[in-house]
Amino acid sequence: MSDTPLQVSHPGSSAPGTPSVREILTDAAKLAVAKVQDYARLSARSLTNLFSKPRYAQDTLDQMDDIGVGSLPIVLLSGFFIGAVMVLQTGSQFQRFGQVSLTGDIVSLALVRELGPTITGLLVAGRCSSGIASELGSMLVTEQVDAMRAMGTDPSRKLISPRVLAALITVPLLTTISVFVGLLGGMVASVFSLRLSATTFWQRAIAILEFSDLMQGFTKSLVFAFILSTVGCYQGLNVRGGTQGVGRATTQAVVVSSVMIIIADTFLTKLALYLADKL
Amino acid sequence: MDTLAPTSSVPSPANESASVKFDDVWLGFDEGPILRGLTFSAQRGETVVLLGETGTGKTLSLKIAAGLLCPDRGSVQVLGQSIVGQSEQDLLQFRRQIGFVFQEGALFDSLTVGENVGYRLTQDGVDPDAVLPQVLEILRFVELEHTIDMLPAELSGGMRRRVSIARALINRPPIILYDSPTAGLDPITSQTIITLILRLRDVYGVSALMATHRLQDGFALANFHFDPKTRTVCRGPGNSSQHPPVTRFLVLRDGRIYFEGSPEDLLNSRDPYLRRFLI
Repeated sequence: MSDTPLQVSHPGSSAPGTPSVREILTDAAKLAVAKVQDYARLSARSLTNLFSKPRYAQDTLDQMDDIGVGSLPIVLLSGFFIGAVMVLQTGSQFQRFGQVSLTGDIVSLALVRELGPTITGLLVAGRCSSGIASELGSMLVTEQVDAMRAMGTDPSRKLISPRVLAALITVPLLTTISVFVGLLGGMVASVFSLRLSATTFWQRAIAILEFSDLMQGFTKSLVFAFILSTVGCYQGLNVRGGTQGVGRATTQAVVVSSVMIIIADTFLTKLALYLADKL
Repeated sequence: MDTLAPTSSVPSPANESASVKFDDVWLGFDEGPILRGLTFSAQRGETVVLLGETGTGKTLSLKIAAGLLCPDRGSVQVLGQSIVGQSEQDLLQFRRQIGFVFQEGALFDSLTVGENVGYRLTQDGVDPDAVLPQVLEILRFVELEHTIDMLPAELSGGMRRRVSIARALINRPPIILYDSPTAGLDPITSQTIITLILRLRDVYGVSALMATHRLQDGFALANFHFDPKTRTVCRGPGNSSQHPPVTRFLVLRDGRIYFEGSPEDLLNSRDPYLRRFLI
């Protein structure tokens, strides 16, 4: 783009003939920095847009329906069976020490702190980040984004912010539902597999949780929502190469957002543990 | 239909100056400069046909005139307003004064024809009850009133272009930028589109910048006029004193103006490169 402040490459600056390894590496590094810069600008704008007009409430509701309601079936199914698997895996270990009653504790902590937000984030990223990238990418290659700009509409307000806001609202809700259904799955598995009473499982699962655990899960789900929505928008609005480029962007959106979610999870967990020690 | 007159909010001093003025405009991408010092102007009520082979920068010129691309160098004035160096927010306001017809129509494929045409009014917060009559009036102008509830996918290529023209017309812009409006259409449908452009020019005095590689479209605009009384297309340049139709050709080559003149000048030229367009 001609208006990108960081000039990635310039035909006048390249030496004639085959570029050296150093030049190739330098260009690659510049390209990577430029991409990070563009992504950061898009992300920042998606948030700052929320605090000024015009706002697109109907578009946000439509996206909430797509991201939230549309992702509900996969979140319910996966949440239930992840809870059940957790019980089956941990319960057999606890049985060796005669501590089966602790199953509720460990499943609850794992779901609230880690598995609920991460699995939900990854599932929604797989479904919605790719969907956002392909939708916006298709709009870009068919000049619909340019048409929008030509008619005086800011695409970052009309296309990006509603999707980011919708994800920020729905992903934490989906995570909450996923955790609840996961505990239900765990309860069913513990009743039938470990012969643990449902009341004991549920009481211990609730009692072990502290406010910091809930905040950790909530914060993670917010960050993951932001990542999956902005990465989808960034990949979609940076499509190059027509319909083939849309396919590449769709794949990239899933890969990049999933990797970013896992990396962010590591740092957020470390931060949460640090804060738990300090507070 | 006669009420369809330009009612732009552009201040009158702007209307007295050139509609579009490019001065030493340069634009390049990674593969090298495309526009190399493009200089031309289009007066109010004038139709300027940008001719050139693929890749000579016709579409880029239109996108620069619409503020969709920022040139690397040079100045661009549209409707008396300098658009180089303006913020995107200012450009969004500026673009409300112009109409842009994209090559493939660039209609929003998830919206109906009526929603597409009324998009700009809806975004401006116009009362929905007031939008419908205006949409119907414009669709009547392009003779597509019956398609108001159809989706773009249900329309033929020519109908999509006409809807695109209708969408560009909804706010009565004093200038319309056409990007290859007849590309890929059969001769009869192309003639329908050209007739529409003639009507806009001769009845309402709309300035136009038309990028095309089809010389016959340019000659049709130069050699025919639309008679509002008989509502037919007639041979000759017309005799309206209010909007004397002027058609001028600009031939782009290697990012510069290679030829500038009237249709007669082009026809009489002995230049081998220009003769290639005439064969």
